[in-house]
Amino acid sequence: MAKENQLLEEITGSEYKYGFSSDIETETAPKGLNEDTVRFISAKKNEPEWMLASRLKAFRYWLTLEEPRHWAHIQYPVIDFQDIIYYAAPKRPKELKSLDEVDPELLRTFEKLGISLEEQKRLSGVQSTIAIDAVIDSVSVKTTFKETLAEKGIIFCSFSEAVQEHPELVKQYMGSVVPYTDNYYAALNAAVFSDGSFCYIPKGVRCPMELSTYFRINTSGTGQFERTLIIADEGAYVSYLEGCTAPMRDENQLHAAVVEIIAHKNGEVKYSTVQNWYPGDKQGKGGIYNFVTKRGICLGDNSKISWTQVETGSAITWKYPSVILKGNNSVGEFYSVAVTNNYQQADTGTKMTHLGKNTRSTIVSKGISAGFSNNSYRGLVRIAKGATGARNHSQCDSLLMGDKCGAHTFPYIEIKDKSAIVEHEATTSKIGEDQIFYCNQRGIPTEKAVALIVNGYCKEVLNQLPMEFAVEAQKLLTVSLEGSVG
Amino acid sequence: MHMLSIKNLRAGIADKEILKGFNLEVKPGEVHAIMGPNGSGKSTLANVLAGRSDYSVTDGEVKFNGKDLLELSPEDRAREGLFLAFQYPVEIPGVSNINFLKTALAEIRQYRGLAPMEAKDFLKLIKEKQALVELQGTLANRSVNEGFSGGEKKRNEIFQMAVLEPTLSILDETDSGLDIDALRIVANGVNKLRSKDRSFVVITHYQRLLDYIVPDFVHVMFDGKIVKSGTKELALELEEKGYDWIRKEQGEKIEA
Repeated sequence: MAKENQLLEEITGSEYKYGFSSDIETETAPKGLNEDTVRFISAKKNEPEWMLASRLKAFRYWLTLEEPRHWAHIQYPVIDFQDIIYYAAPKRPKELKSLDEVDPELLRTFEKLGISLEEQKRLSGVQSTIAIDAVIDSVSVKTTFKETLAEKGIIFCSFSEAVQEHPELVKQYMGSVVPYTDNYYAALNAAVFSDGSFCYIPKGVRCPMELSTYFRINTSGTGQFERTLIIADEGAYVSYLEGCTAPMRDENQLHAAVVEIIAHKNGEVKYSTVQNWYPGDKQGKGGIYNFVTKRGICLGDNSKISWTQVETGSAITWKYPSVILKGNNSVGEFYSVAVTNNYQQADTGTKMTHLGKNTRSTIVSKGISAGFSNNSYRGLVRIAKGATGARNHSQCDSLLMGDKCGAHTFPYIEIKDKSAIVEHEATTSKIGEDQIFYCNQRGIPTEKAVALIVNGYCKEVLNQLPMEFAVEAQKLLTVSLEGSVG
Repeated sequence: MHMLSIKNLRAGIADKEILKGFNLEVKPGEVHAIMGPNGSGKSTLANVLAGRSDYSVTDGEVKFNGKDLLELSPEDRAREGLFLAFQYPVEIPGVSNINFLKTALAEIRQYRGLAPMEAKDFLKLIKEKQALVELQGTLANRSVNEGFSGGEKKRNEIFQMAVLEPTLSILDETDSGLDIDALRIVANGVNKLRSKDRSFVVITHYQRLLDYIVPDFVHVMFDGKIVKSGTKELALELEEKGYDWIRKEQGEKIEA
């Protein structure tokens, strides 16, 4: 045991690869939050009156709320909302005609992150095409392949641009799945959100490439409040990827995003995230508070929404990508791997709300805890009255590394229809010295053994990710857990 | 030249000494059986040789092909050609047998300066070795030992041994928990791998296994060391008289 602990301590020594910060000329709002801040953000974005009105309504509502602190299995100091910068944007000319006008330091930043904003270059040499919307701090700096996509009628742009160019769509859908009244952070986001991605796939169109948004927090003292809206019209299909990183800083930075997905009749949206926000140092100092509301609605019959998430970063992860299954025969899926190491905390899971007939949902959650971390699965399966023939299968597995971490499962099930079939399976296991030694005895060194075992454990979820992402995720898992087992 | 040479090995777990001056010499091509009552230190010997970190060595030396075995990490011992067939094979969910073996083989080959095997050669090898232990084709695609029966797990150990082709194999009570058919399959697998360059140390409680894997030498272990060595007839004698006879003899020796 002593040996195991010693090795465990050795392994928790890996460094966060994306911890650098870039010296980009930035324009920020003054610290603090009041109506003027909201007006400032809206004015910066040259928003129409209706958008400002919507923000102010949300802000006033937010003022009436209290910060939720008690129900999640996480602990953190009280957040001083007046000590956060709500808007930070790289300075740039008003109109960006080409990539040449973008601050070269900014391009270098994304290059360092392995993201190319030049369309002819492909991500890490892989020959598939991915359209990327790059968001740094509060604004989208560049969206690639916009024209190619436009030929098919697909809209993929920054949220700010959508507000200007497609106000009807934004008005129609924004807040329709996550209203500003939903929760504390959703209200905050609705008031101060700065940018994010907007995708609309028209009727019958199958999006020919993966759409992806890369979020980067750079400026010290800022919070990132992005908003993403994805709409698959009738019979449309899109696969959307989201990646995120932040510099290493001693302070805790807040990331409170809202993602809404709408799938119409026969529409399908596959949403994959690899979340790698800075998790804080080995003593638990610094790191991102990731308090996010993600929800999709299967509006039409036979529609499908699938969430896949690999959560390795953040000091605290607090999110529940959910699906409302309104259309008959609609399908909701949630595949999750959440890794916590050192002093990280994660309280994550999903909500599947079955309203339509013969709706089906699948939940596969894999938690991995190492170091002194705490990892909780929290999930709700709700079957409403009249949702005849609804089915759910949930599987929640926890893997423990060492004896100083915690794994918790909080499944909630509410069934109002007798015809429902709901299954829940849960396991907890420990990555053992035995497994490692067994691998060692076959010639496999410890680091590789841990990677092999963890990837085996997460296989069901990793299989859901698009190829390029799966490879990244596998590497990330290995790095996140480097040194955590003996 | 000895393949394995163990001299005055003392080792234990925590403060408890289990191996108390163990000696053994194994030449290439030889099969040595080590028998002995429960608690005599047989499994400790296997684990110490494989390098399990729970055990600490306090004295003595072990040479494997001329190298100081005790200086090597467990993975380097494996790469040098030492294989332990586990008494309790470990399950690794989600990792297929094939992937596991491919990773292991690549590591071993890399250590020896060889490139990883071509996929088609590897699959051919797997197919061929699977037949050796009469393993079903699907078993190789299943997760390592997950949901395997006791017999399947032991057969899988021999299958892995066949693929990795070690020079020295230590079989730690591979016969325990096997029915007579599985025992025969496991023993056949081992016999087919016997060659003039390959040696085996077979640890067992029962003489039964030695009917199938005929050893060149039989050693009786008692209280952390070998107290009697002989040929295969010694195993029969033990079967007949039990271990009390040894115990008595040892007791008398200690008194004298």
